[in-house]
Amino acid sequence: MSEQHTFFIAWAYGVTAVALVLEVIFLLKRKRETKT
Amino acid sequence: MNWFWYASPQTFYPLAGRMAPWFGIAAAILAAAGLYVGFLVAPTDAQQGEVYRIIFIHVPAAWLSMFIYLVLAFWAALGLAFHTRLSGMMASALAPTGALFTFIALVTGSLWGRPTWGTYWVWDARLTSELVLLFLYLGFMALQAAIDDPRRADKAGALLAIVGVVNIPIIHYSVVWWNSLHQGASVSVTRGASMAPLMLWAMLLMALAFWMYSIAVSLTRVRCIIREREA
Repeated sequence: MSEQHTFFIAWAYGVTAVALVLEVIFLLKRKRETKT
Repeated sequence: MNWFWYASPQTFYPLAGRMAPWFGIAAAILAAAGLYVGFLVAPTDAQQGEVYRIIFIHVPAAWLSMFIYLVLAFWAALGLAFHTRLSGMMASALAPTGALFTFIALVTGSLWGRPTWGTYWVWDARLTSELVLLFLYLGFMALQAAIDDPRRADKAGALLAIVGVVNIPIIHYSVVWWNSLHQGASVSVTRGASMAPLMLWAMLLMALAFWMYSIAVSLTRVRCIIREREA
């Protein structure tokens, strides 16, 4: 795998993972807040 | 089974709570399988090399961005026609996830575009119409947030969502109607898939994983909305 390709693949998968994890974190925070 | 029984927020609330974890587990298993096939089994592309592996998140995210919008507009229209409270709540619950997948499709697309096209962005019909979709999602959420009365917010949001549906066929057919830097459809109902079976499998597994994830988070979010509005 060329270094240049690894860079773009890592960014694409990294941004996706962070976006999905952030959505789940904010959703769980909202869930906790609405339960109280 | 009387499906209208679940049309009320009070009866749908416990059902959504029971279903959401199962969809979350299905999403995790499908994503693990999709990533395994995508990175360890699927062959390297003869023309693009390894960078094509961005397709396993880019295409499913783009599919989901359009599909979620159609589902959102369906619920919004149902709420507008029948004044059902749950419909507006479902539309509101879907919007952030739809916006997120549109954002992912745009970012992963631009990260794929740089090594293959030589640029992160072009004002091409496919890319621009997908960007318009992101603005439609953001506009829908902003409009709903700007109106205090939830019933009026649902109504205003529904009108915007229904008008915005016109953008979905524009995104889909943009590569056919206009000269585009973007490639044509990877999978077609009439022509089948234009890729190796293992690559297709990885992409379909990831698409299913994203779909299950969307259902899990939307069900969890609609429970929050029910609690906020009906408390």
